[in-house]
Amino acid sequence: MSTTLFVLLSATAVVAGALVFRVDSMARATFLLLVSFLAVAGLVLMTGLHYLGLVIVLMMIIEMVVMAVFMIMYMMNPAGLVPMSMFHNTRGAALISAAVFVALASGALLVDWPARGGAAAPDLTSVLGEALMSGQMLTMMTLGVTLFATIVGTVVLATGRGRYDRLGDDLDARSSDDRDRGGVGR
Amino acid sequence: MNLQAFLVVASALLAVGLFGALTQQSIVMLMMGLELMLNGVILAAAAFWYFLAPAGTEGQVLIVVVVTAMAIEMAAGFAVTTAIYRAKRIDTTDDAAELRG
Amino acid sequence: MSAALPIGWVVLLPVILLAVTYVVVAADTAAAGRAAGRPVPWSVAAAVPGREAVRLLIGQRRRTVAGDELLRGVGGAVLPIAALLAAAVLPLGSRPVADLATGVVWFNAMEVLAWAGVWLVGWGANSTLSLIGGYRFVAQGLAYELPHMFALITAAVGAQSLRVVDVVDAQQGLWFVVIMPVAFLAFLLSAAAMAFWGPFDSPVGRDVAGGAAAELAGVDRLVFATGRWLLLVASAAMAVPLFLGGGHGPWLPAWAWVLVKTLAVLGALVALRHRVPTIRMERWTEFSWVVLVPATIAQALVVTLVVLGEGGI
Repeated sequence: MSTTLFVLLSATAVVAGALVFRVDSMARATFLLLVSFLAVAGLVLMTGLHYLGLVIVLMMIIEMVVMAVFMIMYMMNPAGLVPMSMFHNTRGAALISAAVFVALASGALLVDWPARGGAAAPDLTSVLGEALMSGQMLTMMTLGVTLFATIVGTVVLATGRGRYDRLGDDLDARSSDDRDRGGVGR
Repeated sequence: MNLQAFLVVASALLAVGLFGALTQQSIVMLMMGLELMLNGVILAAAAFWYFLAPAGTEGQVLIVVVVTAMAIEMAAGFAVTTAIYRAKRIDTTDDAAELRG
Repeated sequence: MSAALPIGWVVLLPVILLAVTYVVVAADTAAAGRAAGRPVPWSVAAAVPGREAVRLLIGQRRRTVAGDELLRGVGGAVLPIAALLAAAVLPLGSRPVADLATGVVWFNAMEVLAWAGVWLVGWGANSTLSLIGGYRFVAQGLAYELPHMFALITAAVGAQSLRVVDVVDAQQGLWFVVIMPVAFLAFLLSAAAMAFWGPFDSPVGRDVAGGAAAELAGVDRLVFATGRWLLLVASAAMAVPLFLGGGHGPWLPAWAWVLVKTLAVLGALVALRHRVPTIRMERWTEFSWVVLVPATIAQALVVTLVVLGEGGI
């Protein structure tokens, strides 16, 4: 695979990731993170994982846009108009991160990796689908149940009003008592 | 490019994400650090699949799991941030250190 | 055995899309005139897109105080680029410019870039109403995206392939719109919603002074509007290979049928805009999550069972 493309994409990923914590504007930080994700997705596409690379692109764009919404909601200086530094324990963290990087990189460079075991199947998407549905069914079910639990849990955590606020103490109100009336009337 | 190059890049992403996760005061920025770390893990998983075991599907399933974990972590993190903000009107980790409230 | 067109068509694709866009803008002007009770003659309507483009090209650009010009420019440029990239997998006739093995997912990924584009334009102007427009688009996006994805998945399951050319080939005998009508309807609604068109134009609505496009003038506005129209054309054109049989049909060559069907879908969307008023976000969100998502899941289940019953996969 192309060396120039690899160097370009990996440099983009790491530099954009580092810049996320340097820029003052929160919107720019979010979209720099998106650039880093897209570069990693490009690297994944380079290994031949076309479906997974595109899924990563798709999910990361949506996730970063949602994250931008939350950023602006909760951060006190979203546009970076007032330069401020929101760090704590910078030196300790820098030491720890540098140590982790040295440990992992030296492990990557010094370990005697085994030889390549076979070639990739011609249709990776269907192979992945079949694996998830047969051999890796446990993974699939765990992911499904975890996602469902996340949906329920996050709604419970994030909502300020529950069923009893909306539908009365006996849950028998004719229509729900919302500030924004929805389209289905529930 | 070979496996070592991919893994060094993945380690760099993980280290940068770790730095961000450890230093940021704001919860949302901390989550961005976590996302960067998972980014590195995705890249490492793809590299391991391609260079060591391309005939199998374990690497691909690992990527699916990590991407799902990313989504779950983001959703749960924002829900927790919302709940903390509703309870105490703060959005920084330093202020959220107390269980009171 | 890639069915892609020669590389020179990469330049022709934007030209073709812009030509169709021109026709649709003219048709929309005529329809708007008729809906307002002041009919516009066709000669005047045909000149409107060109006149508007020139007017915006030479118009003065607008900068706001402490706005993020970089993000605004990037966001505005992303819209037409996303539309053109998404249209790269459209079969022009029977062959697309890019014949990707995962073409359906590519289309989905590229048109999601519009989310980032519109939000950035709304944010970059440092204006409250502009930001509200951007947020409305994100809310609308979250509402339409799941039915959209399920509609795409249903079409891919029907053809047992993620390649758009395979989806067209699978409709040799029977168009998919007949066996998956709910998915087709969800796709049409999401095509309108993704280009914030018609009943889904509250992100650029009059009640927020133009919403995300409130502070745009001159070339910025032209690029944003072109991006919006191109998104509408690209997603309406995508409904043709996915649900309406692509180039299949008697007598006419494949590209003629694609053009006819695309113009028919666009005509329906233009008529929809002038018949249905703007839907409020809370109504659309609740309808989408409570009605459309279960309906599209049920549709996908039905199609999957039929495909499994016929011995596929």
